[in-house]
Amino acid sequence: MGGNTMEIAREKLIDMFRTMVRIRTFEERVSREFAAGKIPGFVHLYIGEEATATGACANLRPDDYITSTHRGHGHLIAKGGRTDLMMAELFGRKTGYCKGKGGSMHIADADIGILGANGIVGGGITIAGGAALSAQMGETDRVVICFLGDGASNRGTFHEAVNLAACWNLPVVYLIENNLYAEKTHISDTSRVTNLADRASAYGIPDVTVDGNDVIAVYEAVGEAIARAKRGEGPTLVECKTYRWHGHYEGDPQTYKPDDEVKEWKKKDPIPAFRTRLIEMGVLTEEDAVEIEKEIDDEIEKAVQFAEESPFPSPEETLEDVFV
Amino acid sequence: MREITFNQALNEVFHEEMDRDPTVFIIGEDIGEHWGGPFGQFQGLFEKYGARRIRETPISETAILGAAIGAAATGMRPIAAMMFADFLGVCGDELLNQLQMRYMFGGKLKLPLTILASIGAGASAAAQHSKSIYGWLMAIKGLKIVVPSTPYDARGLLKSAIRDDNPVIFLTHKMLGGRRTSQVPDEEYLIPLGEADIKREGSDVTVVATALMVRRALAAAEKLQEKGISIELVDPRTLVPLDKQTIIESVKKTGRLVVFSEEPWTGSFAAEVAAVAAEEAFDFLDAPVKRVCAPDTPVPFSPVLEKFWMPDEEDLIKAVTQIV
Repeated sequence: MGGNTMEIAREKLIDMFRTMVRIRTFEERVSREFAAGKIPGFVHLYIGEEATATGACANLRPDDYITSTHRGHGHLIAKGGRTDLMMAELFGRKTGYCKGKGGSMHIADADIGILGANGIVGGGITIAGGAALSAQMGETDRVVICFLGDGASNRGTFHEAVNLAACWNLPVVYLIENNLYAEKTHISDTSRVTNLADRASAYGIPDVTVDGNDVIAVYEAVGEAIARAKRGEGPTLVECKTYRWHGHYEGDPQTYKPDDEVKEWKKKDPIPAFRTRLIEMGVLTEEDAVEIEKEIDDEIEKAVQFAEESPFPSPEETLEDVFV
Repeated sequence: MREITFNQALNEVFHEEMDRDPTVFIIGEDIGEHWGGPFGQFQGLFEKYGARRIRETPISETAILGAAIGAAATGMRPIAAMMFADFLGVCGDELLNQLQMRYMFGGKLKLPLTILASIGAGASAAAQHSKSIYGWLMAIKGLKIVVPSTPYDARGLLKSAIRDDNPVIFLTHKMLGGRRTSQVPDEEYLIPLGEADIKREGSDVTVVATALMVRRALAAAEKLQEKGISIELVDPRTLVPLDKQTIIESVKKTGRLVVFSEEPWTGSFAAEVAAVAAEEAFDFLDAPVKRVCAPDTPVPFSPVLEKFWMPDEEDLIKAVTQIV
């Protein structure tokens, strides 16, 4: 695990641990509730990639922006999204973030800069540029993190948006979560570039490739990119190499993944590694860690309870919110 | 009162609205110092507002519309200049899926965004620079559609479009831009979106027409008057929201309806108006509803073919005389 952990405030480290545990616990519970038939539609889970969203968003203020993806729960939680409102949305309830109109792929919270998960792969990339333009034109020091996957890096939106942001020095960090699979297709079948960050050279912007399972490495790499953006030096392309433990969607039998590959990546689980490190550093005791895990278990239990006890929207609400 | 062209009307509104509201800006291709847009509608803006608010872009329709959406979602009031409406196909995802943010997010944010695009045949611009795509745009929910037929209307409607807190597409016919003039008052006026205008009062047949077809319908009405047939010409001005009431009231008065629209028959705006009349004014109809549209083909290039393709005065006169 890289990075100089000693320079990061204790509270920040503990927050990052708590966020990773919150994402994992939320996602594992969603997997169970989905299997039990309580969550309609499609869900795409973030398990295994927690360090990436957590390390990246640990650099942000509430008034900074993110754009997310179809695999967005981790990004939203890392940006400060409330797990009870998220769970209620997944359950299709009126109390959910989108009043039951969006579901897993469209959760947003504009009050804390979450400009939405997105059901279209690569759909958020151009929108991130617009938020960065707002930040720049408003003469604020806000920044945008645009999360995208290895699959989305093959979309045309990636080319148009990154090129435009580079031309205008927009304060945006393009963060590619390279989890090796676009839906069910391995990246080696869809790109001759091994490190997707290398594509930055086509736009004349800096790039960095980091271990996406090392929360500190991600935190520091994205931190540098944000500092650059705030200095008016424009976008950076950050590639985080990580791995998706679950399928493209819940229920995906994942026959396309070699067993050895799965085993190797599970050994690199970002959460126990960080937990051990924090205990070794004396930032946490074993008891502290257990206490945090218990708190989060309780939080997610309450989130499910909140969702289950919440009413569905009335059918007529279908007709609301089309126009202001 | 003074006389202005269509393009002057648009240009004046851009100046006035950018003066009025610092969050208004224009984003698009070739809108800056070297061209001012293919129809000159952006002239003088770059000199006055500079590159900060006249955002001249690469040829990247996807990035333009995506950035406009992202900026609108974060407090700005962008005007996305898409040049030809046909180019909207390039940013199909942004138009079809990303514009639906407000609804998907449960009404939690607004998208005050105006999209400008030039429509219409008549310039031998062939299939990729001539379409009117009314039906295609009407299939997108959450998008208001404005189609002015006079400089007077364009001036009042564009102000309302820019100030509207919803996505609005503003379509201008390329054969009206520099030619048609109107008398406009010196003082400011706004025309609300969703109010049709009766361009000519009459008693025998209601004709519903938009954009260039309004001009052709007026000419046809003069000729029909000579034969003793009185045409009432309704210009809806906005396709969404559609002022059904004015159309239905007119049909109740005349008992006959011809929809005159520059687009292929199938899946057209004309089909929608015909359906509205069939459902809501059936008992008042004395003859079948007629549509005068273009054939179900792409727009051809050669002037001979294009003239055949475009609905004209003679087509309208023929349809009217068939039902009186």
